[in-house]
Parts: sequence; C-alpha cells; structure tokens
Amino acid sequence: MIRLERRPEPSKLWTAVTPVLAVLLTMVVGGILFAFLGADPVGAIRTIFWDPLFNPQFAGFTRPQLLVKAGPLILIAIGLSIGFRAGIWNIGAEGQYIMGAICGAGAGLAFYPSESVLIFPLMIVAGALGGWAWAMIPAVLKTRFGTNEILVSLMLVYVAENILASVSSGLLRNPEGRGFPGSRNLRQWDAAANLELIPDTGMHWGVVFAFIAVIGAYVLLTRHIQGFNIRLTGEAPRAARFSGVIPARIILLCLGISGALAGLAGFFEVSGPAGQISIDFNSGYGFTAIIVAFLGRLHPVGILLAGLLMALTYIGGELAQLMLNLPGASIQLFQGMLLFFLLATDVFTNFRIRIGTGETA
Amino acid sequence: MDNTLLSLRGLTKTYPGVVANDDVSFDIGRGEIHALLGENGAGKSTLVKMIYGLVAPDKGEMTLAGAPYRPAKPSEARQAGVAMVFQHFSLFDALDVAENVALGMEDPPKSRDLAKRIRDVSEAYGLPLDPSRVVGTLSAGERQRVEIIRCLLQEPRLLIMDEPTSVLTPQEVEILFETLRKLKSEGTSILYISHKLEEIRALCDTATILRLGQKVDTTTPSETTARQLAEMMVGSSFAAPEARHTEKGDVALEVRGLSLPAPGAFGTPLRDLSFEVRAGEVLGIGGVAGNGQDELLAALSGERTCPAGSVWLKGADVSRQGPTARRAAGLLSAPEERLGHAAAPNMSLVENAVLTAGKRKALVRNGMIGWSRARDFAEEVITRFDVRTPGPHVAARALSGGNLQKYVVGREILQDPEVLIINQPTWGVDAAAAAAIRQALLDLAAGGTALVVISQDLDELVEISDRFAALNEGRLSPAYPVADLDMERIGLMMGGAHDMEATHAP
Repeated sequence: MIRLERRPEPSKLWTAVTPVLAVLLTMVVGGILFAFLGADPVGAIRTIFWDPLFNPQFAGFTRPQLLVKAGPLILIAIGLSIGFRAGIWNIGAEGQYIMGAICGAGAGLAFYPSESVLIFPLMIVAGALGGWAWAMIPAVLKTRFGTNEILVSLMLVYVAENILASVSSGLLRNPEGRGFPGSRNLRQWDAAANLELIPDTGMHWGVVFAFIAVIGAYVLLTRHIQGFNIRLTGEAPRAARFSGVIPARIILLCLGISGALAGLAGFFEVSGPAGQISIDFNSGYGFTAIIVAFLGRLHPVGILLAGLLMALTYIGGELAQLMLNLPGASIQLFQGMLLFFLLATDVFTNFRIRIGTGETA
Repeated sequence: MDNTLLSLRGLTKTYPGVVANDDVSFDIGRGEIHALLGENGAGKSTLVKMIYGLVAPDKGEMTLAGAPYRPAKPSEARQAGVAMVFQHFSLFDALDVAENVALGMEDPPKSRDLAKRIRDVSEAYGLPLDPSRVVGTLSAGERQRVEIIRCLLQEPRLLIMDEPTSVLTPQEVEILFETLRKLKSEGTSILYISHKLEEIRALCDTATILRLGQKVDTTTPSETTARQLAEMMVGSSFAAPEARHTEKGDVALEVRGLSLPAPGAFGTPLRDLSFEVRAGEVLGIGGVAGNGQDELLAALSGERTCPAGSVWLKGADVSRQGPTARRAAGLLSAPEERLGHAAAPNMSLVENAVLTAGKRKALVRNGMIGWSRARDFAEEVITRFDVRTPGPHVAARALSGGNLQKYVVGREILQDPEVLIINQPTWGVDAAAAAAIRQALLDLAAGGTALVVISQDLDELVEISDRFAALNEGRLSPAYPVADLDMERIGLMMGGAHDMEATHAP
C-alpha cells in the first residue's frame, strides 16, 4: 500500500527540484503529444527550447524577444505572487493589465503632440494607477462585503476587454487612422515611445521595471515587516490577527500592488512592443503570469527564472508553429501542462511517500 | 434488572499516556433520563464514543436489553436502537431539512413520504420544523432539531445528547426539555451529557459523575444539591490552598462592563465582565471550556476591539486599540491554541519571535526586520525556557506541544510585560514543563507584572492565583481571594451558581 506521509517541515530540496521536474515531465508528455500530432518530438522540443536562443538562423531575431516577452510576465507575476503569499487570489491581472495600458496611453494621448519630457513619466504613473484602480474594485468589495476576489477579479477581465474594444474604436481611435480601430502608434511619438534602451537586447523600460520589481519584492518579503505580515497572513490568518495584522489592509495592499504592477506592464507593452491600443494588443500575459508566479515558487528570483522560461516557450512555440506547422492551441496546452505538473509534483514538498503497510490509525 | 436498558460493566479505554476510562460501570434504565456529568477531560466523550461504536473498549462489556452489545461502528449502534445528537452538527447548509435527514438514513423513503414523516414527528414532539427550509437559514436551535428528528425517525431506544443546551437560547432549552420529557414518557431512555448542574437537577432522573476517567458515583440529582454535585465533579483531591502574601501595586488592568457579541455560530458572547488586576497580582479565571475563555483573551489581546471605556491599562483606555498598540503599552497575551494562533506552524522560531516581539524587543526598526536581533531573541527564549529544539531555524510545527508552549510563553515573558493575559498556560504539557511554566509565571508576578491566568485546570489556578473568578456562559463571577475559597465554592462558581450564593460571600 502506498501512503502519503506529511513531512515535519516542507522539504527545501523538493521546493527547488519540483520546477525542474515539472519542466522535464512537460517535455516528455509534450513530446508524446507532438508525436501524436505527427511532428518529430525531439525536433519539436528542440525548436521550442533550443532554437530561439542558439539557432544561428533565428537567434539574432528571437533572442531579444526573450526579454520583451519576459518583462511583462515577470512584472505581473511578481505582483501576483505577493498576493498569493497572503492567500489573496487575484486572477484578474489581465484586466488590470488592459486598464493600465488604456489609462497610460490615454493620459499621454491627451497631450498629443506635446514633446514634453514629462509625458512619459505621467503615462507611467497613469498606467500604474489604472491597474491599481481596477484591482481596488475586488479589494473593496472583499473588505466591505466579503465577496470572493477570485470571481470578481476574473469577471472584471471581461469588462476590461469590452472597454478596450470600445476605446480602441471610439475614444482613443487614431483621428488620422482612416476609421480603422486602434490608437495612434505611440512608438512613432518620441515623447511617449518605450523603445529598446540597448539595441538588439530587447531591453526596454518595462524590463527595467521588472528587474526593480524583483529586487523590491525580494526586500519586501524577506526584510520588511509588511512582507512578513503578508506571509504570516497566508500561513496562519489567526496568528496574523493575534500579531496585530489587520486583514483588510493586507487585502488592499496586496491587490493594490499586483494591480499597479499589472497596469505598468500593460502600459510598457502598449507604448513599446505593441505600439498602440488595439482590440487585441494584449497577449494573455495576465493569465500566463499566474503560471509564472507558481512556477517560480512565489519567490522573486524563481519568478525571474520562470518568466524567462515561459517567454522561451512563447517564442519557441511561435517558431514551432512556423517551422513544424504545430497548431497554436498545442503550445497553450504545453504551457498549461507546465503548471499542471508543477502542482502535481508539489505534493512531495510537504509529503513523502511511504510504501508498505504501516499503522493506519 | 428487567427495567435496565443499557448496562455498562468495567469499561476501560487507554490512550497512549492517558487512561480515558477506568473500569466504568453503570446502568441506564428504560424511560430514564440519565445524566453523565464531569469536567473537561473527565472521560465523558470517550465513554459515549464507546456506546455509539466510534471507539472500541479495551476491556469491559455492555449489554443492551439483556443481549450482549458491542458495536463496531455507528451504523451497528443505530441498528441496535442507539442514536446520538452531537454537539457540533453535521448538516449541509445548501440542502433543505428533508434532504439532510435523508442523507443520514440507511434507506431513505421517497422525499414526499419523508417530508410527511418529518412533519409528523416534529408535531408529535413539539419541535416546529419545516422540512423544505434550507438548513443554511436555520438558527442553531433549529439545526439541533434537524439532528434530533433525524435520530427520532429511527425510533431509538436510547438517545445520547452531547451538551445539547450549549447552543440554545433559554426558550429553546425549555422546548427541548419538553421534548425529552415526552420521549421519556414513551419509554425512550436518554443519556444526557452536561456540566450544567441546575439543568441536570431539573431534568434528569439519575446522574453518573466521572472524574479523571473514573466513576465517582451514581446519584439522584433531584435529591442532591448543586453543591454536592459540583464537589463530586471537581473533587477535593488537592491540598487546601495557601494564602499568599504578595506586595500588590496599583491597578494595572481594569475591565469595566465589557460586553461583546459572539464571534461566530459556536462562539460565546461576553456579558458585562468587570474585574481588575493589580501589579504583582495573579487573577485566576476558571470555568468549563467554551464559556468565553477564547473570547475574553481575544478582547484583552486586542484581536477584537472592545466598546470604548471597557478595557483600561494603567488608567488609560485601550479598548479601541489593536494588538500592536496594546503590546507597545505593556499588555501582552498568550492564547490557548499554540499552532495557528500563538505561532504560525510553518514559520521558523525566529520568524515566530517577530510575530509578537517586533516592537518591544526592537526587532523591527523603520519597518525593516533585524533578523540577527530576532535570532538572538529566539535563542534567548530557547535557552531561558529550556525549549528542546535543534535550533531557532526549525519550523514551529516541528516542536512538541510542551516545547512550543514553553517557547510562546517565554516569548511573552521575556518582553517584560506590565500585564500578561494567558489562556491555558500548561494545556497538553508534560508535568515538568508545566511546573517550569507555572514557576516562570509566579516569578513574573513577583517582579511586579499583573497576570490574568485563564485555565480549566483548577489545581493550577489554586496553586498560582491570588484571587479566583469563574467564567460561565460569558459572565464572570466576582473574584474572591483563593485563600477564602474551598472546592465547593469553586465548583459552584464554575457551574454558574455564583449569583444565588453571592450573599454568603466572605
């Protein structure tokens, strides 16, 4: 008989090993999946994980993409992980990301065609505030009425998507765009453009903010009393109240941080890689970031690595679609599998397997 | 013998380290309401679990209506005609009454027939209940009726009720008693578990008193005074308390007319509590579990803020302050539940030091945690209180109960509190550790700290307290010097009879 036995303490070794194990299992099962789709499994895995970085033919183009894709994922995932540590489940980062983009772009476009140096900082602040405000809706509803933040934040994603559709064909539509939906291209407006800071690296302001967020979250969670209170709330809510933590403040803080970071990510995306507000500028980063947060063990450094890995599967996935004619859905399945295997192998962090007939009482 | 329904002979059940029941024998007659009386930990629930087939006795035997009775599981007990209403209900909030009742039956009839049977039984026994109501909308008393009707539909010969009145209003208690008397008149036997003496005297024909797993006596409660019952329940096995002469200072903590609503369905409201503790004094608060101990600790620690003007620390009103501000002012506390309340199970002892000592030990400065200072403080607690652990980096849940208790008590004591509130300081702790903790508390009081010790261990309270008061249903008796009290009076105070005795107060 196989039994699970609770470990006296969470295993440090398994905490580090499970993400690697999850990646390996995803490769194996993903390979089988690709084989069923008629592709060479080894070739497909190599196309996803190896070619974007090292293939002499594409690497020059795909390598900078790594940071472009990883930046928003890391920025959003850092915010989410802080909430997740406290047991506050913001599933609606995608909505906060969209609202950050709209507010950031909107704040700047209000001053078009000014070339003031204040435009870009204003847009950053507006982007962060937009995401923050959108996250405050589930936060206030939860603290006031005890609603479930998972449902409210998720539903607000669909509201945000509809607002996006509305403004891109209405309020923010490019007046010189001959009636096509979509805002002015911010990349072509120097005061608002978020371009590569170092050529051919993919490094833009969003990536800089992502790195700052990683460091900030690390300091917050390991050194600052608020970070301690956040972890305490997640670990033992009653002990947190006994310690003097006010649960409503933690809810507002965590949702506020994750909303603001998601909003920032949205703004940097729309002013940089995407270039304009359009109906489908968002690439689902807000949802993928949930996987990144868990894959990175809700730890800032882990999230940094997980964000890079997930960016790699995005780029590699596109490459695989192009080169091997794999359907786009199979790539999403592949990313989903990563989270699935991570959660499955996670059991070993807190439990060990005992084989044999032990005493059951 | 003919009139005996259930006969227990020499029932013994041992758990590792504890004899829960030791050679318990008594009979329950047909149509008799039999009380099972005892303090927490006296072995009442183990005994009942054996009768209901949840636990197998190590030794001894039972006969039901003359036939050998040894249920291996509750369904066998139910088949034999033994039903039980638990203290905590097992009902699904989202389902209606009839669906909940059907879930508890081996072979439920069609829903329309069942609804009719529920209505019939509820009318016959005066338990108003609509079978189509959703359970989530019912009061605690109505939920209990669902459980009772679920049992009555099986037409039991013996109905076991575990502390049924703890969740009821006085009016609901009257309705319940009418039902039980009606059942009795129809020949159903009832085993009624309680520690409320007046209730038992009013309702029960016979009472068996358990203390420390052994039967003390079987008596007729209507012919026994509450005083005698209390004495049997509490026992007078410990030495007469000595008067302690301590230098008492000014009033450190004063509670004036503190009332708070119950925090949840099973919580106890605090009703108009008043007391004061002076520097250097130990106030012991006794009482049976669930009479407001946790709620009192939460109100004093600041976890729940109190109405303005009800909690005063050294002459300042701290009622509206939270735990952090009260700690800063010198009011510290240690709750009963070590894991999850006093300490975060998965966090290290160092992190758990920051949990309460952040401010007073300057472990947190300008919002930043000084981990090396926290580690030093954790190590100091470990050394001074002899906490057995590989080191301060170990997670709290890896420590044994006694060691963790020494750690959380030590953590508060080493912060030099002006007032310390402590709930169940030695609960589940081995004798040596318990003695060490008590000594540390006495030393703290000798140093001028005002202590409030809430405990269910009377020996402990008598040993360390200067004055004693008892909590009963969220009310606090007046506090009397321990030296003036005997076990009878303590038992009466705990049973809630302090009001009628107040005129004889010394």
